[in-house]
Amino acid sequence: MSDNASRGLKPKHQRLVLVVIALVAIVGAGFLAAYALSNQASYFYVPADIEADPPEAGQAIRLGGMVENGSINTAADGVTVEFVVQDGQARVPVSYTGIVPALFVEGSGVVAEGAMRADGVFIADNLLAKHDENYMPRELEGMSSAELREELQESIE
Amino acid sequence: MHGFANPTRFLKIAKWLTVPLLVSGLVLSLGAVLWGLTQVPPDRLMGETVRILFVHVPAAWLGMGGWTAIAIASLMELVWRHPLAAIAARAAAVPGAVFTAICLATGSIWGRPTWGTWWVWDGRLTSMLVLLFLYFGYIALSSSLAREGQSSRIAAIFGLVGAINIPIINRSVVWWNSLHQPPSITMGESAIDPVFLWPLLIATLGFSLLFGGVVLARMRAILADVQADARLRRKALQAEELSA
Repeated sequence: MSDNASRGLKPKHQRLVLVVIALVAIVGAGFLAAYALSNQASYFYVPADIEADPPEAGQAIRLGGMVENGSINTAADGVTVEFVVQDGQARVPVSYTGIVPALFVEGSGVVAEGAMRADGVFIADNLLAKHDENYMPRELEGMSSAELREELQESIE
Repeated sequence: MHGFANPTRFLKIAKWLTVPLLVSGLVLSLGAVLWGLTQVPPDRLMGETVRILFVHVPAAWLGMGGWTAIAIASLMELVWRHPLAAIAARAAAVPGAVFTAICLATGSIWGRPTWGTWWVWDGRLTSMLVLLFLYFGYIALSSSLAREGQSSRIAAIFGLVGAINIPIINRSVVWWNSLHQPPSITMGESAIDPVFLWPLLIATLGFSLLFGGVVLARMRAILADVQADARLRRKALQAEELSA
C-alpha cells in the first residue's frame, strides 16, 4: 500500500483491509495444506485406490468400502469370515478371524485394518463398522436379516 | 451496532435477557433429551444407541458455533475496537470448550458399540480434538492477558487464526475418507428420519439458548470484575493523595 493510499484511508478501514488480507492468506494456506494432505489424511483406502496403486504385501493399511451383498461366508472354524469389499469400481476379498462388530452386515460400510497377502487377499486384524448418514427407525420389529439387507441396499442406491 | 457498544445499555439488556434465555434453554434441552430417551423408536441399525444423537450433534454444532462467535468478536475488536467484543469472545470460550468436550465424550461412547472402537485418528475426530485444544489455548491466553491488564489483541488474533479449523472440521468427512459418516443434513435436505429430526432440532434450539444465556451471564460477570477493579484502583489513588 502506498503512502498516498494509506493517508486517504481512515484507520478503521486500514485495519479492516489488513485483517481481510491476513484472513485471505490464512484461509488460502489452510486450504492448500488440506488439498496437499488429501490422500495422506484419509483414514482408509477404497478398493479403487488399491487397484490403482497396489500396496506391498505385508504393509499395514486400512481398507474401507461396502460389504458386497451375498459375499459373507463363515469358514468351518466358525470365527473366520470371508467377504468382499467393493466401492462400485473395484473389489477386494477380505479374510478376518474374530468377532465382527454389531453393525457388520452385507451392504453396509466397513473399515478393515490389516495388510494385503501376496495372493491379493486382504488379511484383516481388526474390523470397524462404518455407519452411513441415514437415521431411520425400524419399521417392523423383528424384521429378518434378509429383509433388513434389502431395505439397506435400497437406501444406499 | 454501536448502540450496543455502550456497556451501560448492554448491561441493561443483558440483565433482562439472561434468566429467560437460561430457563427456556434448560426447559427445551431437557424436554428434547427426555423425548429422545423415551419417545423415539430405536434406529434400525444402531438400535437404542441412536439416542446419543440428541446430545452429541447439538454439542458438536455449538462447539463449532462457539469458535465462530470468538472469530466474529475478534474481528470486531481488531477492526472497530468495539469495547464489548473482547469480553464477548472471552465469555464464549468456556461454554464452547464445554460443548466440544461433551461432543467428544458422547461421540466416543457412541463409537464403541456402533463402530467397534472408542477412538480413531480420522479427519473428523482429530480436527474436533484440535478444536478443544485451541479452546484451552485461547482460554489460557485471554485470561492471563486480562489478569495482567494487557490488551486482548493477541487473543483476538489467535481467535481469528484458529477459525481456519472450523471449515476443516466441517469438510473433513467430505474431503477425506473417514470413519465418521458424511453430513446427514445438507442445504435443505436431511437423511435423518423426521422421528429423530424433530427432537434433534429442538435440542439444538435449547442448547443454543443455554449457550446464549451462559455467554451473557459471563459477560456481566467480567464487566462487574472490570468495574470493581477500576473502583479499587480509584480508591487506592485517593488514599495515596490524602496521605501525601
